[in-house]
Formats: sequence, structure tokens, C-alpha cells
Amino acid sequence: MPLLEARNLSKSYGADALVVDDVSFSIAKGATLGLVGESGSGKSTIARMVLGLIEPTSGEVTFDGESITKASTRAMRALRRRVQVVFQDPFAALNPRMKIADIVAEPLRIHRACPRSEIRPRTAELLRSVGLDESALQRFPHEFSGGQRQRINIARALALRPELLVLDEPVSALDVSVGAQIVNLLRDLQREHQLTYLFISHSMPLVRYLSTDIAVLYRGRLVEYGTAAEICESPRETYTRTLLAATPEIVLT
Amino acid sequence: MSFSGWGLVYRSQWNREKTEGAFISIVDSQGNSRYETLNYLQMHYFLRQQLKTQPLAALGLCLIGTFLLAGAFAPWISPSNPSAIDLPHRLAAPSAMHWLGADELGRDIFSRLIYGARLSLTVAFSVVACSLVLGTTIGGIAGLYGGVLDMMLNVLVMNAFLSLPGILLAISFVAFLGPGLINLILALSIGGWVGYARLVRAQVLAVREREFVEAARALGASDLRIFFRHILPNIVQPLIVQSAIGMAGAVLAEATLSFLGLGVPPPTPSWGAMLNDARSHLFDAPHLVIFPALAVMFCVLAFNFIGDALRDYLDPRTRMSVGL
Repeated sequence: MPLLEARNLSKSYGADALVVDDVSFSIAKGATLGLVGESGSGKSTIARMVLGLIEPTSGEVTFDGESITKASTRAMRALRRRVQVVFQDPFAALNPRMKIADIVAEPLRIHRACPRSEIRPRTAELLRSVGLDESALQRFPHEFSGGQRQRINIARALALRPELLVLDEPVSALDVSVGAQIVNLLRDLQREHQLTYLFISHSMPLVRYLSTDIAVLYRGRLVEYGTAAEICESPRETYTRTLLAATPEIVLT
Repeated sequence: MSFSGWGLVYRSQWNREKTEGAFISIVDSQGNSRYETLNYLQMHYFLRQQLKTQPLAALGLCLIGTFLLAGAFAPWISPSNPSAIDLPHRLAAPSAMHWLGADELGRDIFSRLIYGARLSLTVAFSVVACSLVLGTTIGGIAGLYGGVLDMMLNVLVMNAFLSLPGILLAISFVAFLGPGLINLILALSIGGWVGYARLVRAQVLAVREREFVEAARALGASDLRIFFRHILPNIVQPLIVQSAIGMAGAVLAEATLSFLGLGVPPPTPSWGAMLNDARSHLFDAPHLVIFPALAVMFCVLAFNFIGDALRDYLDPRTRMSVGL
């Protein structure tokens, strides 16, 4: 059984603004689905529906057999421990008025995931696992660079030991070398914690690097969906070919 | 490189000794803004510099400081009992005995002004506190939940209150409940909360769309946690400004109600009541009118100066040049 399944997901704002149109996909445990598409193709809307932050107009998302779309408040709370998110903009996703210690500890406090005395060592450990040291705890987000902030976001997302991580363009706001470090960190963390990823990006090479499966989104519709090898080696759709062609490739022989 | 604004960082109580007391934001020549944290030494220097560029704020702070000290230590400062009647000296002009003269019952005006500061400031702080709590609650609910609730609160309740002049509401409320300090504060708060509610609602609407609020929601944070931990700390700056200016309004409103005889009942000295008592002696003993009026004026002016200066510090986009 797949860990996450989206069936015929649609979202429209008003009569003629169909943002997501009949999208279905599934992610097996431990796999990574790369969701690619240009900006405005509905990627982030899908991420928010998977997270239960917005209601789909029709269709359903199930996580481990349980419906996210129809979950009660109580069930949703339990689901939130298992599904976490890293947002695109590392500058906007951290509350500027909170210390890093409080930001990273917040999920633990919300879900009372560990005793009070454990919170401090746990947050320090989380920060170490994303490559930051303890001195960061007493500082505020504005004192960090984009890459460091994204690490803090990841630490917060990992605090509850989730099974599924939704990565909504986690590196698109960072410059290439920092982005690469974050991608490698995500890859290592996936191995270490057996995480399942829904990786959203507009960059084909990134998706190709991380994903086991790829879904190509164009104007709210899934135009192509298959394993990473299939899509990259023999793309059927012209749009996928354009996306692939947009990346320069150096053949090393 | 230019300085663009500053703010106090929200701090937890248990690490006051940390240096992260304040930050300033700096815009460099490329238009990038960044924050820099100041330690306390730098902060004091910085505040001194700011006060130099904003002399009116310094003046306002001095005036309010004086009023606060006068109010707090009234029994020790005032030269005589503010209620002591001394008929032989009724309507006495300012002299060594009565520094600012005596009123129609021979009571010392200077002492009465000092005690009046106590009342005015008590009322000002209480009214702003009550309005702030009420306004934040109602505005916060309207902004956070939106939809029908927002429609009810904003369109019906807030607009209804806004359409009536606050002082009229206060007058009818006091007339209904009878005069007294608590009733006065309640009456003025009832007229005053709407402004704060409007402000909070608008600010909440802006902040709740930001990604960190969405992130908190994805973590499973309750609405209360989102409001108090994530939204409120990010909207305190305009609230502080509004409160400072609200104090000025409250002082004036208290004086107005006391003038109309709807304030705290005599013999408690109040600036407004002193003005009312002085009405019939406007021409034969003008000092009865001038000194309480000056007290009200300086108090209102001081709060307005502080409010304006705070707004300029906290929101550099609306900065106006210092002018008188």
C-alpha cells in the first residue's frame, strides 16, 4: 500500500480558475516523488492540499489509508505529527520574533512529544543533525543566512520524526551551491530516517537527482507520470522534453 | 548605507542578560536590507542619538515623566491638602503661599493639579489597557477567523460603535451607571476599543497570510498559540503607537467628562472638574482656568509627541520631518 495517495484531486477558485485539475499520484514508503512544473502550475496548491491546509474542491488525499481531506480535527492533529513540511522561502517561514530554540522546539511543545526537561537537549540534537551547532539556539532568524535558515526549517520539520516530508521548493530561494548542500542534506536525512518525500520543484535536474518517481505538472494537469528513469530517458510529452532540454547537459566520456 | 528603522526583539523573561536587546534594520546602497543586533551599550548610544534627532520625543518623555512622578508622589510633593478649604484666601492670585493661586473655596490649585495628574494618568492608562484588551480580543477574532464572524463583528458591531461619537457613548454610559472612577474608565473604554479592534483586525489579516503562520498551522498549532505566539508579537509595534496616542485622547476625554460633572465625584481633584468650577470666575480670576487648562494641554501634547516619535521610529515609511 502506498504511504500517500492523491486521487482525482481538483482545486478551483471560482468558476474559471481551475488551479489543479484531476491530479492523481501515489508515493510508496521510502520513495521520493518529484513534482515538477513551471510556476503557476499548481504545485504549491497540491502541497497545501496534501498538508490539509486547504480543502480540495473534489478528490481526496489519503495518508497510510487514512483520509487527510475528511479528517476530524483530532485525527488531523495526529496526522500532522506524521506529515511535515519545508516551505520555499526560508526567510518567511520562520517567525522573526522567536528564538531558534523556540522555533525548533515548537512542534515538540504543541504535541507534547517529550517531557519538558528533554526539550532543550532534543532541539540541540535536531540542530546538530542538520549541521548547525548549539550556539544557534539563543539567536533570532534574522541573524542567519538563507541556507542556515532552511536548515532550521528542516530541523523543525524533523522534530516530530515524521514519515512524510513535503518539500515545497526547498532550494529555489537559495543560490546554487547552498542549494546543493541542502539537497545533499535532505538526501542523507532520508537515508538516515527512512523518510518519504514529496519533492516539489521547477528544476528538472534537482528532481532527477532526488526522485524515484516523477510527475510533470502543466497548468494544473498531470501530463506525465512515471519512474524517474522512464521520464528522463524517454519522455513522451513535448512539455517534458522542453523541461529536460532547459537543462544543459555535459556528456562525459 | 542608510538606517531604516529599529525594533525591540521579543524576549523571553529568563534571559534578560542576553545581548539581543534590539535590532536595527539597515538599507545599503543596493537597496538590500539587513538586520543588525545591538548590544546594550550600542543600544543606549543609539537611543540617545534618536532622541537628539527627535527633540519633541525627549520633551514628551520629560513631561510625562514629570506628570508620573507628580502623580505617584502626590502626598509628599503637594504643599498642602488639595481638599483643605481656606475661605479667607478664596480666589487668591498666585503668591508664595499658594503658588498657582487658590480656587473659589480657597483650595490650593498647585496641590489640586498634582493630585489631578494622579487621576488623569490612572484613567489614561486604565482606559487604554481596557480598550486594548477588548480591541485585541475582538479584532483578533475577526481577523483570524474571517468569514461570517468577521462580517458580523466588523460590519455590524464595529461600524455601529464607530458611527457614534465616543464621548457621546461615554456620557450616556456614565449617566446610566452614575459617576465614579470605575464607571468612568468603563465608559471611556466602551468608546475607545473600536479603534484598536480595527487596527488589530487589519494587522492580523496581513500577518496571517505570512508563511510562518502557515508553517505553524502545518505543525498543528492551535488558534490561540498562533495568535499569541506568532501573530501578536509581530503586530505590537503599531499597537504601541496607537496606545500612546490613545492616552492623549483618554486624558482629554476624562477632562471633558469631569467638566460636564460626569467624572469622579468631588472632592477628588480632577483637571476637568477644576475647569468647570472655574467657569464662573473666568474674568475675575483667570488663573483658575489657565493652570488646569495648561496641565491638560501639556499632558495631551506629551502623549502625542511620544506617539508620533514612536511611529516614526517603528515605521520609517511614514516618517515626517520634525516640525512645530
